[in-house]
Amino acid sequence: MDKSLIRNFCIVAHIDHGKSTLADRIIEKTGLLTAREMQEQVLDNMDLERERGITIKSQAVRTVFKSKDGNEYIFNLIDTPGHVDFNYEVSRSLAACDGAILVVDAAQGVEAQTLANVYLALDHGLDVFPVINKIDLPSAEPERVIEEIEDVIGIEAQDAPLISAKNGIGIDEVLEAVVTKVPAPKGDENAPLSALIFDSLYDSYKGVIVFVRIMDGTVKKGTKIRMMATGACEEVVEVGYFGAGRFIPCDELSAGMVGYITASIKTLSETAVGDTVTDADNPCSEPLPGYKKVQPVVYCGVYPADSSKYEDLKEALEKLQLNDASLFYEPETSLALGFGYRCGFLGLLHLDIIQERLEREYDLDLVTTAPSVVYKVYKTDGTVIDLTNPSNLPDPSEIDYMEEPIVDAEIMVTKDYVGSIMELCQQRRGRYISMEYIDAGRALLKYELPLNEIIYDFFDALKSRSKGYASFDYDLKGYEKSTLAKLDILINKEQVDALSFIVHGDSAYDRGRRMCEKLKEEIPRHLFEIPIQACVGGRVIARETVKAMRKDVLAKCYGGDITRKKKLLEKQKEGKKRMRQVGNVEIPQSAFMSVLKLDEDK
Amino acid sequence: MKISDTSEIYIHIPFCVRKCLYCDFTSFPADDDIREKYVDALTQELYFIANEKCHTAISAVFIGGGTPSVLPGDKIQKIMECVRSNFDLCDDAEITIECNPGTLSEDKVRAYKQSGINRISLGLQSSNDEELKKLGRIHTYDDFLKSRELVKNAGFTNINVDLMNDIPGQRIKSWEQTLRNVSDLEPSHISAYSLIVEDDTPFGEMKKNGELEIPDEDTDRMMYHMTSGILSEYGYERYEISNYAKKGYECRHNTGYWTGVPYYGAGIDASSYYDNCRFVNSDDILGYIKDPLNGHFLIEKLKKNDLMSEYMILGLRMIKGVSYSCFEERFSESLDKIYEERIAKNIADGLLKRDDDRLFLTERGLDLANVVMQGFI
Repeated sequence: MDKSLIRNFCIVAHIDHGKSTLADRIIEKTGLLTAREMQEQVLDNMDLERERGITIKSQAVRTVFKSKDGNEYIFNLIDTPGHVDFNYEVSRSLAACDGAILVVDAAQGVEAQTLANVYLALDHGLDVFPVINKIDLPSAEPERVIEEIEDVIGIEAQDAPLISAKNGIGIDEVLEAVVTKVPAPKGDENAPLSALIFDSLYDSYKGVIVFVRIMDGTVKKGTKIRMMATGACEEVVEVGYFGAGRFIPCDELSAGMVGYITASIKTLSETAVGDTVTDADNPCSEPLPGYKKVQPVVYCGVYPADSSKYEDLKEALEKLQLNDASLFYEPETSLALGFGYRCGFLGLLHLDIIQERLEREYDLDLVTTAPSVVYKVYKTDGTVIDLTNPSNLPDPSEIDYMEEPIVDAEIMVTKDYVGSIMELCQQRRGRYISMEYIDAGRALLKYELPLNEIIYDFFDALKSRSKGYASFDYDLKGYEKSTLAKLDILINKEQVDALSFIVHGDSAYDRGRRMCEKLKEEIPRHLFEIPIQACVGGRVIARETVKAMRKDVLAKCYGGDITRKKKLLEKQKEGKKRMRQVGNVEIPQSAFMSVLKLDEDK
Repeated sequence: MKISDTSEIYIHIPFCVRKCLYCDFTSFPADDDIREKYVDALTQELYFIANEKCHTAISAVFIGGGTPSVLPGDKIQKIMECVRSNFDLCDDAEITIECNPGTLSEDKVRAYKQSGINRISLGLQSSNDEELKKLGRIHTYDDFLKSRELVKNAGFTNINVDLMNDIPGQRIKSWEQTLRNVSDLEPSHISAYSLIVEDDTPFGEMKKNGELEIPDEDTDRMMYHMTSGILSEYGYERYEISNYAKKGYECRHNTGYWTGVPYYGAGIDASSYYDNCRFVNSDDILGYIKDPLNGHFLIEKLKKNDLMSEYMILGLRMIKGVSYSCFEERFSESLDKIYEERIAKNIADGLLKRDDDRLFLTERGLDLANVVMQGFI
């Protein structure tokens, strides 16, 4: 394989700037797919991803491009997830590339996430060249955006292709630019094998399929390989490359190539993203840099709505983990919710995605508790606990002090909203770091924020306060000492463990009050009056009352009404079945998530 | 299982002068041609039902709507002739027509009388003209008084008046006034409903947009509890959640609905219940006019469990409730055994009461009837 004819690249962009559409066009234009084979968005092959318009799992596709220079080039287009939750996966995908196309929306311009992704790409030594997308929009301002790219990011953009991925304008130019602007891969096929794992997935027939970029050396069927970080050793069963939407076996993968390896590996945990694959008999001296064990950042309780479905939930989590090594779970029991699991996620989006997949692909009805970050509890006896479930907080007398995770946050916002965003960050206990104007209209705000202040409704608050004009990115910074307390909720005098959460001392009263108000809305009237109380350390700090039900009767029921009214009663009854019984109070499932939606403007 | 030896007929007249803001029945204004054709279609369907479906005597006929009284008198006569000549009508059959104030005339009322109709149901809703306006009614209280004169003068003695509480802007005092005004006129029967705001109505829209100000739950209950008190002063007894009558004047047709008597519906969107099945006609009037016999679409086939469940949820609507012995006679099962737990729980919660052979809703049970009825679903 002539390395000079290979181009390994990815596309980086802010959500909605047209990354997937451009990928589709590239695949289409390189002619490997007939129109019929073309799914609407080839790279996004999961329903869920398509609906959300984002790409979750990184994937790669190999196409053949005949350039104007007369050569046929192999393009390996590696898709990267576009969300901060998957930063590490993004960084590994980037490490597998030699160059990147930066897609910028001709109307929206550069956004916080664009910046984050570009810097990440530049950090990995990638040659980045921009393309300006959506130039056919009436609001397109390519000149302004080009200037912005040069000013803000500091990369050459004057000759950026002006394209419309949606309408197929300028795609040829992009393809030629890939040939000229993305460098050919380096590496020595005769050196010991070193290959970077940038993704893997589980297939029930082939076992784990490992996605690799070969840096040095060659791998083929029969090679005995070793994963340098996990130590797993297997003999290669098959190697190949990625056709659009399928795997195409080949004889060997050598330095510079992107492809897959199967080796009857049973679990994804043996093929961690970022690990180095080497030849067990002739290993390379050093693993590739940048490997990191991925740790969950956010935890929540996941329970089956119908407690008899516990086994189904267990099975579903096992299966999901086969394809998502970053999902963590362990059994947990709640007085209110019964048997379930405490699950750990890379972030809120990851949590959302897993929850939706459980509900959609495994047809489960779930109750999830409020997400919690991992607190460090320093006990008086000198031991430290990583607290992932508020219910497990030791007695206050045993606690010396607690620490909470802090993130470095970057918020890009149009200048009209700088004030209200700063106010928001202040309210969320943010520590102001800096602000720089990136152009006349926009500023980049840097804050340190406690993670627990952003996992609830920060995104929504940001959006509503900036009318959608703010973009946000963050990176975990570390732990800091903090005044924290456990807020407990009592419903009809009984503590509901699944509703407890950790809160900063200063906001305990406010959160408690809003929590009570929210629960009052969520809990239906019963035959009796129900007090709802918020307590810190046994002291009641807020109270609401759900009044006893006064009226629940159908005034009218004649011949034509009967079937309909029966359905209504059935629905009411069904609704009750789906509720959780705590003491003699029936609590709707949604109440357990209501801590998440404490609307800040109320 | 024992089945009733009589049946009822419901005839739907989907026409009105103008649709009220809360109405979710199938009804609309229509021209003479459509009305004429519709009545023809009705007679065809009634003929078909009589010959192909119904094999029992008829104890009650109800001509409802819409506003049946918008039709000319001879049309009602034509419908009634068709009923008389094709069905086996009991001698004492209750035959009701729904009329709205502002649509009656001396001729019409005379035609009703001649055709054998013996009960008039007048849709008044309120004696307060402001409230009538709020509901989108076309008439005033005075119109009602005139209509009632016409009906009385034609010799009708069995008259129902429909009333409504929870009207937007209604006060407890004005509800009391409506009840007293109407009771003073001594109709034999009063239906008094809380307004139900249905989704696909102008009221439903207004509610969604927060533009509908109706009395709150507490006021509603106060009005409801007041109703039975005031009406009993005038000799009316509550016999169903929203129905009150002087002794012996309980509506037979509606009682049929609550006691499992089969009924045959004719006309668009009319429901039927016979052979343990529920049916409904299409609401497409042009389709109906073209082919009135292509109806009675099966929507529910009731098994024994369903029948028992209906027996309870419908039967408990009546103030006297259900009878243990009747239940057993009908289903050859003991009511206690089938619903033991539910009954005990509701009795403990103070929603149901047992008195010898009868099981019935308490006052609180009447407020919370749905809670009780869910137990029998």
